[in-house]
Amino acid sequence: MKKFVDLYLAIDATTKTSGKLAVLQDYFVSASAEDCAWAIFFLTGRKIKRLVPTAYLRQLATELAGLTDWLFQECYDSVGDLAETMALLAPEKASTGDVDITFSQFVETKVLALKDLDQSRLNQALTETWSMLDVDQKFVFNKLITGGFRVGVSQQLVVNALAQVSGLDSAAITHRMMGEWQPTAAFYQSLIDKDATDSHISRPYPFYLAHPIAEEPATLGEISQWQFEWKWDGIRAQIIKRGGQVFIWSRGEELITERFPELAQAGARLPEGTVIDGEILAFAEGDVLPFAKLQMRIGRKTLSKKILSDVPVAFMAFDLLEFQSEDLRSLALEGRRAKLTELLTPGACDQYPSCRDALSQYLRVSSELVVSDWQGLGAMQNLSRSLKVEGVMIKRRDSVYGVGRKRGDWWKWKIDPLSIDAVLINAQQGHGRRATLYTDYTFGVWDQGKLVPIAKAYSGLTDEEINKVDAYVRKNTLEKFGPVRTVKPGLVFEIAFEGIQHSPRHKSGVAVRFPRIARIREDKPIEEADSLGQLKSLLDLAKESG
Amino acid sequence: MFLMQLAADFNLVKVTDRGLYCQVGDFYIDPWRPVERALITHGHSDHARPGSTNYMAQKDGLGILRMRLGEDAKLSGVEYGSEHHIGPVKVSFHPAGHILGSSQIRVEHKGLVVVVSGDYKTQEDPTCPAIEPVKCDVFISESTFGLPVYKFPRPTLVMEEINNWWQANKSEGKVSVVYAYSLGKAQRILAGVDPTIGPIYTHGAVEALNVVYRGVGVKIADTTYVGNVNLTRQQWSKTGALIVAPPNAQGTPWLGKFGPVSEAFASGWMRIRGTRRRRSLDKGFVLSDHADWPGLLSVIKASQAQRVLITHGYTPPLVRYLNENGILADSLETAFGGDDAETDAIPEAHKDLPEVNDEEIR
Repeated sequence: MKKFVDLYLAIDATTKTSGKLAVLQDYFVSASAEDCAWAIFFLTGRKIKRLVPTAYLRQLATELAGLTDWLFQECYDSVGDLAETMALLAPEKASTGDVDITFSQFVETKVLALKDLDQSRLNQALTETWSMLDVDQKFVFNKLITGGFRVGVSQQLVVNALAQVSGLDSAAITHRMMGEWQPTAAFYQSLIDKDATDSHISRPYPFYLAHPIAEEPATLGEISQWQFEWKWDGIRAQIIKRGGQVFIWSRGEELITERFPELAQAGARLPEGTVIDGEILAFAEGDVLPFAKLQMRIGRKTLSKKILSDVPVAFMAFDLLEFQSEDLRSLALEGRRAKLTELLTPGACDQYPSCRDALSQYLRVSSELVVSDWQGLGAMQNLSRSLKVEGVMIKRRDSVYGVGRKRGDWWKWKIDPLSIDAVLINAQQGHGRRATLYTDYTFGVWDQGKLVPIAKAYSGLTDEEINKVDAYVRKNTLEKFGPVRTVKPGLVFEIAFEGIQHSPRHKSGVAVRFPRIARIREDKPIEEADSLGQLKSLLDLAKESG
Repeated sequence: MFLMQLAADFNLVKVTDRGLYCQVGDFYIDPWRPVERALITHGHSDHARPGSTNYMAQKDGLGILRMRLGEDAKLSGVEYGSEHHIGPVKVSFHPAGHILGSSQIRVEHKGLVVVVSGDYKTQEDPTCPAIEPVKCDVFISESTFGLPVYKFPRPTLVMEEINNWWQANKSEGKVSVVYAYSLGKAQRILAGVDPTIGPIYTHGAVEALNVVYRGVGVKIADTTYVGNVNLTRQQWSKTGALIVAPPNAQGTPWLGKFGPVSEAFASGWMRIRGTRRRRSLDKGFVLSDHADWPGLLSVIKASQAQRVLITHGYTPPLVRYLNENGILADSLETAFGGDDAETDAIPEAHKDLPEVNDEEIR
């Protein structure tokens, strides 16, 4: 346990990637396979589900610290992290007792053992563990039991460290780490084993990601080397058919098969040993629906008949990664696409009788856009908003299906976001690195002489700008409601967003999608910020010819 | 009866647009605008501001005030505990344990006693006498760290951590840079670290105050002003040195000359991971010249005040907590500290200190 806490502290102490890599490698080399497996499990953000309800933990921590609920809340608002707040408030480590056991033993006896305990035993177990740990250890323990163990280690960094330790390349490690696995010694050994056959049937391939294009697309050169598709606005996913089973994985590495029964059914008819990559869309009558519709379905735990019929979906496939159990990723895109089209186009695949049945309204091929020059592509891109797509994808015809976000072969050319100038009206302190700074803002636009809130946004500013806004908030607070401060209107921001919809739930009557701060408009007095009327006029723009 | 006494309290020391004012004695305590007569709790810039005609403070802190207020300021120094009459009012200064010369100021008139604490701490500090709680009717207290998450480790443990960190950096060929508020915290570190580990250098802002501390006999480690040596980056990396610098030196080109460094910050705010990480530090040492939560409560209780006025810091939660626990408390708006008393972490204050020929920071 100590070793893992030290690893955490070392990672936490440095902001340099090379330093983090070094301490991770040290850990993987010196810890047991089982400890390594658990370390990877937690460091890549996996969590043990439904261990202890957060509200319960919080209650117990409040009681042990001898505090009232409101004072605990004040502390939490100030610290910005629940696990840390509880660690700081818990009584000091008792002089007796120690946790000189391995990390996997600790996880087994102190973490997993909490599952399904009754109230009084849970109380006892948590109190006892807390009393054995110092503040740092308590923090790590609290993170383990509350999930969300993000410590400034990206999955990629863990992968790189493992690649160094094992001598394998990072793509292989990434692949082996995808999907479902159990943190056991056997898993760790297979992860770094040079000869292991990668046979787990549910395992998706690492998603290959496109890079946003910064230059004019014309700078990409000869247009015939490139292939174009729409950039669909849905959930990136892989549908896997292996061993007679279907698995649907989201890009967030979540197994979402059960959320999309119609896709699972369609996928079941794919030939054995097939993996297709594409986008799950809300889709009806041959047309894509706004992302907001799809969101209504993502949030549901149980799918009623009503939601299934209200939000029909389709899978817009654009790549074929495995066919007849053969990994096609090193094939050129052109070749993969030809096979994909063959597989999913009605009448084009007589040699696979099963697949003809699979062809349905649910599995579609994202069509190739026919463009003869770069200007033509620009014209296409201009149609994006009215077609409810996010822009166009530009892929090199001879590109392999890479790992991660390798630059140069796949580009995304998104349409410019919509934007509006709005006034800062509320601010709240951030979390984690930005706790104690006012970083979470609410913005309003003018409506009949008043500012009505239209968006919350958290990011898009540099540290320096955040400090500036933070200072403004502190000097211009009108009222405090718990962690929220209402601010004297005085700062105008350009807020960019991806879409806008009517929403009876919002005071303003509209909801904007994915709002973020584009820049501070120091040149603009608040009187010149936009009005609700102007915002609403964008509704029509988004709808136009839709 | 109770209400009458309350009214009397406010007459004795009240907040005006110039600062805390005692009308009966016609003097101010730590005024934020120029006045005729100013009594000063301590030399930090939010408490000792220039421009007033006469200043009175505890005598050990006069050197600091001289630097802060200029050669021409009229200063008079008094002993801890001695009584002075200003008009019909009796005043005395009592140790606050915050920094050299820091005082709680006791004001008495017609049997009513008000104590203005200034800033204070309860932890041991070899550079100034320990706080002496003063019994009073009305106690005006700071609340910089007025939340229960602020419980500070014992300073000896923190000094050990600093020593270990310094030693480890030394063996890796790195210079150790510890950021510390140049008045008070820096000298406290210099009095606490183990000088046998390696040579200790200082930034100009710190060195100027070291001179003042040594001048009144406070024992701190020997230091060399960085501006007085001329070493290459490679030579620096072999010194195994500790450099004590004010927090605003972080991220400046000045640091470049030392070669590979490990950067740490000594402050009560380092108790929170978020504040530590957002400053991109290698290490945070939890060391404060302010009282932590248990410290605040113990001093407030020891004052036995019937009424407690809370200022600069986490005022609302502390006020509410005291009231819920049977101590009549209220908030008092002053110009001390920052809004969230960030002065300890991001001090603007030392910027107005004379930077003894500090050529490095450009």
